[in-house]
This record gives sequence, structure tokens and C-alpha cells, in this order.
Amino acid sequence: MAQTPTTHAEVGHGGGEAHAGGFPPFDSSTFASQLLWLAITFVALLWVVSKVILPRIGGILEARSDRIARDLAEAQRLKAETDAALAAYEQSLAAARARAQAIATETRAALNADMDAKRAAAEASLGARLAEAENRIGEIKARALGEVGSIAIETAEALVSALTSVSASRDEVAGAVGTAMAK
Amino acid sequence: MGDSPPVGSDHVGGGVHRAPNGCEDRAVASEKVDPLHQFAIVKILPIKVGGLDLSFTNSALFMVLTVAAITLFATWATTSRALVPGRAQSVAEMLYEFVATTLRNAAGQEGMKFFPLVFSLFSFVLFANLFGMVPYFFTVTSHIIVTFALAMVVILTVVGYGIWRHGLHFFGLFVPHGVPMALIPLVTAIEVISFLSRPISLSVRLFANMLAGHITLKVFAGFVFSLGALGGIGVVGSLLPLAMTIALTALEFLVAFLQAYVFTVLTCMYLNDAVHPGH
Repeated sequence: MAQTPTTHAEVGHGGGEAHAGGFPPFDSSTFASQLLWLAITFVALLWVVSKVILPRIGGILEARSDRIARDLAEAQRLKAETDAALAAYEQSLAAARARAQAIATETRAALNADMDAKRAAAEASLGARLAEAENRIGEIKARALGEVGSIAIETAEALVSALTSVSASRDEVAGAVGTAMAK
Repeated sequence: MGDSPPVGSDHVGGGVHRAPNGCEDRAVASEKVDPLHQFAIVKILPIKVGGLDLSFTNSALFMVLTVAAITLFATWATTSRALVPGRAQSVAEMLYEFVATTLRNAAGQEGMKFFPLVFSLFSFVLFANLFGMVPYFFTVTSHIIVTFALAMVVILTVVGYGIWRHGLHFFGLFVPHGVPMALIPLVTAIEVISFLSRPISLSVRLFANMLAGHITLKVFAGFVFSLGALGGIGVVGSLLPLAMTIALTALEFLVAFLQAYVFTVLTCMYLNDAVHPGH
């Protein structure tokens, strides 16, 4: 038992020294093992990183950027297509509009010409009928005026015979009427 | 101190470190707040080759877990290969895009041949840092030898590729253009020193950040216990370090991301020197 404290003191001394000088990070007796295991683990990590991890993540990112690029290109193409369709539509719309314009003008001209012709024809026929009517009126008037003489002679003959008992001859009466009418 | 029962102290102190020893009184008293215990390397499977101790330790275990987690996450997240990514796939793609953009911006298209290396470094540091945030987990990046080895991988890649690709022109890196002849020796000396200090600054920055962050967390969390053990007003007082611990935890998550980010950005800048050694 007398031995024990001494042993303890010795061990304690050694332990105390290990504690004072043996601040664990500066304990060089552990360096070899730490370096060895660091080398082993770090080389393993390097291998895993370069063979597995980076190709995997890089592949994912590349696939994504490819996909985005492809989608953008597709969108660009579709937009160009739309633009082309729109331009074609506008063009055909303008053409149709121009054609409608032309047809309208043409139709209007044709209708005008037709109308003018019809009007002219109607006017011509009206004029003809007017002239014919005037002719007939003239004829009727002339005939009426012609008959005025004979009516006057008959009236005068009747008057003479009624007023006088003298019966004048038709020729005398006619001569007298003619003279009177000529005045 | 020798009178204290060795069995009892061994039992209590066992969780602290493998030294049931003379300092046990202090060790027992401060057992809960020993902020360095979390960095201790514990052998899981002792291996000895020649005089070298190559044991499979908790550090090695978490290196394996880190690599396994990266592999599983990256493959699981990308199993569906969805055109429109889900949450996990988005994260995986973000990591990829982030490293790719950083590297391309810093070192140009030619630098992209280092993409696997930079991605491995970034994911390793990030996952190791984040693993360290899980209680009882070991933080691989809190050991200087690990961060220094990672930094040396970067620097040796820069030097090796630079010389292979540009021959002696690579050393033009140390002689900036447009400097007066008289100043060239001085400037070159400064450039060489700054180049040699790169692996040190790269590794110490990461190591020190993780170490300091975890120690601070542990210390404040320890205050919660020591104050709480006093009872009464101590319990009330322990709320303060508790709030601090919560805030620090958030900060440490930020640091975990930030240090992985800084490590990656600096790696990309150094690789740029290998690709374009002219200033």
C-alpha cells in the first residue's frame, strides 16, 4: 500500500505532463494515424466525387440546360410559324379586300352604264310618244277648225231660213260665211 | 492526494482523459468543464506498423463518416434526377454550382480541371465542420495536422501543376512585373515568404476557428452546469451562460459554413496561380 501512492504519483506526473504538453491537436503521436486515415478517406472521397457525384449532378444540370435550350428553340420556331401565318393571313385579307373593292367598283360602273342606257331608252321612247301625241292633237285641232266653217254655214242657213222666209242657197250662205270668217 | 481512492477517481475521471492520476482532485472538480476532452484522440482499433501508430481512432471514424455522409447525400439527393429539383437535389446542385462558379471566377476555364479536387475539399471541410456540431461527435477539422494536410494538398497541387504546365515560368509568380530593378530582391523575398505562409494561414485559420469555437461552447456550457449545481440564485444565474451557449451554437453553425467557404475560395485563388502564374 505504501507503494501505491508513489505509483500513482508517477502515473499522475506522466498524465499531467501529457495533459500540459499534450494539448490533443499538438500531440504528434497521433499525427501518423490521422494522416494515414485522412489520405485513405480523402482519396476515396476524391474518387467518388470525380467518378460518381460530379458526373451525376453535372449530367442533371446539363440535361436541364439542354431541355431549356430545346424548349426555347421550339418556342422560337412556333413563334416564327405564328408570325408567318399571321403575315399570310394579313396578306390574303388585304388581297380579298382589294378584290372586293374592285368588284364593287366594277359592279357600280356596270350598273351605272346599264341605268344610263335604260334612262336614255326611256327618254327616247317618251319623246317619241310625246311627239306622236302632239301630232294627233294638231290633227284633231285642224280637223276641228275645218269643221267650224261647215257648222257656221249650217247655223247661218238655219238662222236665215228661220228669220226670213227666204231660202238662201247653200253657196250664197257659204260665200257669206267665208267672207265673214275672213274678216 | 495519494490517499484518495484510486478506483473511485478512476471511475469518475475516466470520462475526462486516460489519466487517473495525481491531478485527479483537480480533474474531478473540473471534470465537467474540461474543454479539451472533446479533442482527445481515442484509439478504436489499435494498429501498429513498425514503430508507427496507425490506429483506427475516433478521428479516423469521423473521417470515414464524413466521406460516407457526402457520398450518401449526393447520391440520395440525385436519385430521381428530377428536371425540377426537390429540396435535397437543390442543395446538391447548389453545392456543385457554388464550387463551379467560385473556381471558374477565380481560375478561369482552365482551372475547371481541379473541380473534383476543390469540390472534395469543400464538401469534406463542410461536412466535417457540421459533424462537429453534433454533440459527442468528434471534429476532424479541429486538428491542425488534418487541416495542414489539406492545405498541403492544395499547395503541392499548385506547385506541381504550375511547374509541369509552365516550367520555370511558374517562378515568375515571385517576380511581379513593373517593379524597379532595385526593389526586385526585396519584393521577391516578400512574395516567397507570403507563398510559403499560405499553407500555414490556410490550415491554421480553419483549425483555430473550429478549435476556439468548440472550446468556447464547452466553457459556456460548463458554466451552466457549475452555476446550476450551486442551486438557488445559481440556477437563475445559469440562464445567462445558457443563452450565450445557444447564441454561440448558432454562431458556430455560421462559422462551420464560413470556414468551408473561405477554405474553398482561397484554394481557388491559389489554384489560379498554378494556371496563370503571371501577375
